[in-house]
Amino acid sequence: MIHFVLLISRQGKVRLTKWYSPYSQKERTKVIRELGGVILNRGPKLCNFVDWRGFKVVYKRYASLYFCMCIDQDDNELEVLEIIHHFVEILDRYFGSVCELDLIFNFHKAYYILDELLLAGELQESSKKTVARLIAAQDSLVETAKEQASSISNIIAQATK
Amino acid sequence: MSSSSVVSLIKVKQNPKRKKNTKNALPSPIQNFPRKFHLFYQSPTLKNLPNAKFHQITLNNQTPKSLSLHKSQMSGPSLMDSLFQRTLEDLIKGLRQQLIGEQAFISKALEEIRKEIKSTDLSTKSTALLKLCYLSNLHFHDMSFAAFHALEVLSSPRFSHKKIAYHAISLSFHDSTPVLLLITNHLRKDLTSTNEFEVSLSLQCLSRIANVDLARDLTPEVFTLLSSNKLYVRKRAVAVVLRVFEKYPDSVRVCFKRLVENLENYDPQILSAVVGVFSELACKDPRSYLPLAPEFYKILVDSKSNWISIKVLKIFAKLAPLEPRLANRVVEPICDLMRKTGAKSLLFECVRTVVTSFSEYESAVRLAVEKIREFLVDEDPNLKYLGLHALSIVASKHLWVVSENKEVLIKSLSDPDPNIKIESLRLVMAMVSEHNVAEISKVLVNYALKSDPLFCNEILGSILSTCSRNVYEIIVDFDWYVSLLGEMSRIPHCQMGEEIENQFIDIGLRVKDVRPELVRVARDLLIDPALLGNSFLHRVLSAAAWVSGEYVEFSRNPLEFMEALLQPRTSLLPPSIMAIYIQSAFKVLVFCLHTCFVRGGSTAGVSASASYESFDDLSVENGADSTVAHGQTCTSAPITNESIVNLLKLVELALSPLLGSHDVEVQERARNLLGFVDLIKLEALNSSGQEENDSERKGVEATKIIRLVHDAFSKELGPVSLTAQGKVPVPDGLTLNENLGDLETICGDIELPSSNTFSFGYPSEEKDVSSFSNLQIKEDSGQLNESTSLLAEHRKRHGLYYLPSGKSEVISNDYPPANDPALQGDNNDNASDLVKLTAESLVPKRKPNHSKPRPVVVKLDEVDEKPVAVKQLESRDDSLSGAVRDILFGSEDILPTSSRSNLPNSNRKGKKKQHMITQVESKENVVDDGNSSSRRRKDHSHGKERRHRKKNAEERNETDRKEKESSSNHPRRHKSRQRAEEPLKVPPQTSVIPDFLL
Repeated sequence: MIHFVLLISRQGKVRLTKWYSPYSQKERTKVIRELGGVILNRGPKLCNFVDWRGFKVVYKRYASLYFCMCIDQDDNELEVLEIIHHFVEILDRYFGSVCELDLIFNFHKAYYILDELLLAGELQESSKKTVARLIAAQDSLVETAKEQASSISNIIAQATK
Repeated sequence: MSSSSVVSLIKVKQNPKRKKNTKNALPSPIQNFPRKFHLFYQSPTLKNLPNAKFHQITLNNQTPKSLSLHKSQMSGPSLMDSLFQRTLEDLIKGLRQQLIGEQAFISKALEEIRKEIKSTDLSTKSTALLKLCYLSNLHFHDMSFAAFHALEVLSSPRFSHKKIAYHAISLSFHDSTPVLLLITNHLRKDLTSTNEFEVSLSLQCLSRIANVDLARDLTPEVFTLLSSNKLYVRKRAVAVVLRVFEKYPDSVRVCFKRLVENLENYDPQILSAVVGVFSELACKDPRSYLPLAPEFYKILVDSKSNWISIKVLKIFAKLAPLEPRLANRVVEPICDLMRKTGAKSLLFECVRTVVTSFSEYESAVRLAVEKIREFLVDEDPNLKYLGLHALSIVASKHLWVVSENKEVLIKSLSDPDPNIKIESLRLVMAMVSEHNVAEISKVLVNYALKSDPLFCNEILGSILSTCSRNVYEIIVDFDWYVSLLGEMSRIPHCQMGEEIENQFIDIGLRVKDVRPELVRVARDLLIDPALLGNSFLHRVLSAAAWVSGEYVEFSRNPLEFMEALLQPRTSLLPPSIMAIYIQSAFKVLVFCLHTCFVRGGSTAGVSASASYESFDDLSVENGADSTVAHGQTCTSAPITNESIVNLLKLVELALSPLLGSHDVEVQERARNLLGFVDLIKLEALNSSGQEENDSERKGVEATKIIRLVHDAFSKELGPVSLTAQGKVPVPDGLTLNENLGDLETICGDIELPSSNTFSFGYPSEEKDVSSFSNLQIKEDSGQLNESTSLLAEHRKRHGLYYLPSGKSEVISNDYPPANDPALQGDNNDNASDLVKLTAESLVPKRKPNHSKPRPVVVKLDEVDEKPVAVKQLESRDDSLSGAVRDILFGSEDILPTSSRSNLPNSNRKGKKKQHMITQVESKENVVDDGNSSSRRRKDHSHGKERRHRKKNAEERNETDRKEKESSSNHPRRHKSRQRAEEPLKVPPQTSVIPDFLL
């Protein structure tokens, strides 16, 4: 299973963390510091797997972002690479050529997408189309709720002019 | 200031648009507007303004003063709060503008959040919660204070709020969160919601935060969802069931059957989820899932999806070793898959499955090896790495595969990727045997010279550990190995000083024959002044110094050693090693004096060598050797009186500055040595100055002293097993204190041993040191006794401290000399002589220890820690797999119920009994593995028993349902069994399965 998912920028900034195994806040910081050091220092054209404390970390770099997933020793590394790629493609589809800024400002949305893709550390949905549909459906649910509220704030906004 | 107020103005316009506002917030903003304008256009100062908070938000560079203002004035959450609350986006933007004061900004934001989260308005609350999630997740701030607020948001009817709340909860809750108890009803409500997304959210949350109570209380809901007609919900429930099982194994009783039913679902998504669950379950206890093999087989053969195939392969990798007939069946489809598939991930999984679990199937392994080779020569570093990884799995069983790919391995030693390098290094080391160790080591040392420091040390480390494995199992030619050690320590990047040091001493102690070569290597190391500058080598040098002192009799030229040990650059050494240098110099000096006065002075060559031998515990067997060594001493470096005088001068010159050393150890040893020189000097000078006859007379006293000290040094040391301490029976009347603090008062006078900074890891050496220093003291005070009796006396006096050495003697008696043959290669012929030797000499502890594992501390620690963790895991898994077995092996009567009534205690008692039965069963399984038909019979009878017990307890209407279920499932099941078993065609195998399928 996947123990956690990390998105780290090239400067070492954390963009997303998702933990499927119990880690305390302290451990989380430590893990990120440690892995950031290891992964960011690896050059291009090296293999995408790192042995780390009895686990394997599979990472892949997309533009300025490193997508890392930590798995058990006997999990399939290539499969996880595919999952990462899958995630990126879904993000791309959702945001329309995704960039780091999209993830920074819509950090919760990236989570929601990831939640559709993975559950309890396992791949849940392997179809990009389905994920897109599910996310869209939930977004519209959120939107309808928001609209009620924004109708009020519309009034306020007009009043302020 | 002006520019920032412009910024804030813009924000005023933007903010309301983003705001989600509740109805009760409506009137007040309008009322407040005039004030706000007032704030911006009339009074730029912050004083006395109720809306200071707004300012604070928009102006990043506001002063602490206004912060305090805002605190005092805005005590409770107000409407303005919710209206002009910063959204997540504002927060992120604000954070990104902060170049330096990020921490201050965050703490300010947290301050706001703490206030906002108390708001009664759910929108405000949820936004605050979202912001807090952000800060907690990406900036690692504690958000446990908001646990209760998250629950409050959770109760909101709105989906958007729920989403945020669930996100926050799964992010921050853990088993010890106090409000965890309160969440059960929320989860239950959402699990039964009609909105599939809400169900999904709560399932997701449950998967993350489930503890025993939650898992128990929500099992019925999850069970219902397992057969939900919404696929989306069902597949999520399937995935979550794994977590529920882990936390609350009894839920297996309820849910397992439905889970298995899902195995026959045609929807690939659901199938993938179920197979995922089983592959996780099978990792922990594969045996329980053997009865499901036909289902898995079907999936393996029929599956179109690579995701599913990979998972199924994982399951078979676990199941196949348990059941050879299953392996027979499965190996062919796997090979087919390997040949056909284009997906590398699936291909690799096939390869890995074959090499881990099907290594007896020659043809399958050959095919896999072929694929591995393709991986190895691939451009893609990932495939290369995985190829090497697969190879290392094969290596344990089929070493030929590794040597077949030798060239590739050697080539990948210079790969740019450190992971690949290390992996191939491991493989190269796996190839090492006693025939090729020399040649491989040579290649590797050459690589080490060329590569970067990190990998260089990786190489050296693996050479050292491989060669020292099982007490130098693979080393035949120790002379070669010792010189290799010397060579390795000269490699510029070498940081393995400590390991080399240990091995130097260890080999010196264990292998007698190598000592002359060892001394030669030590000389080369000591004499090179350049090496003293490298701090990583200090440990090696300390070993070399110790070797030179301990085995000085093998040296060609002891005087050379003296010069090396006392050279000026030794001041670069750390004090602890400096002390060893001085100590070794002492030994060498005593040896020189001894050869010159006692032996050389008294009689001629032959008798001298004889006396030398008696001192030296070396003996008959070594006679030939030592005469050679001895001859060398005599011929190559004749020690004359003149050279002795020079030597003494050198010692005085080199050591007198050290008398003022700040390090106690160094100072003391220097003083000892100088004191000794003082004693000897007069006589030595006299003897050189006067006639020979005179010197014979006057040198008597000096000779006595020299002989004494030489005696003290000539006692040989042996290695002591790490477990030696445990073998010593505690003597009667000895009270062992847990706190050794008391010891200080007793041993206050013996500073040397207790504060011993000697870097050698061997207790026996400490003994030597202490005994020696004690000797010194006594000598100075003029008591001239037999050195051995001194030793004994000292031991008597400080018996407490001597505990370890006393014990080592006990052990030496315990060990039968039969262990000796553990010495190999060229030492074997000496073994029988050694037995004799050890019987009569005082050093029998050396040889017996050959059979002991080498005390590499790091490794021992790892070994010690692991089993503990495994044990804990097992205990939990036991209950889980026990429950699974209950279900699978013939207890179909325990039908799942949606009512909660089947959970409580009445059921549990029964469960415990069953548990015991299943444990017995499982033991039987282990014993008569092949004899599954008899097992089946037993299972059947157990099943019947249980049926009787259960029937009354179960609800009546259940029987109806059972019928319904079985009638609906039966045809399909039956079909599947046929289909699955047809290819299996193995009678005993099928006999296991009907148990479950009926």
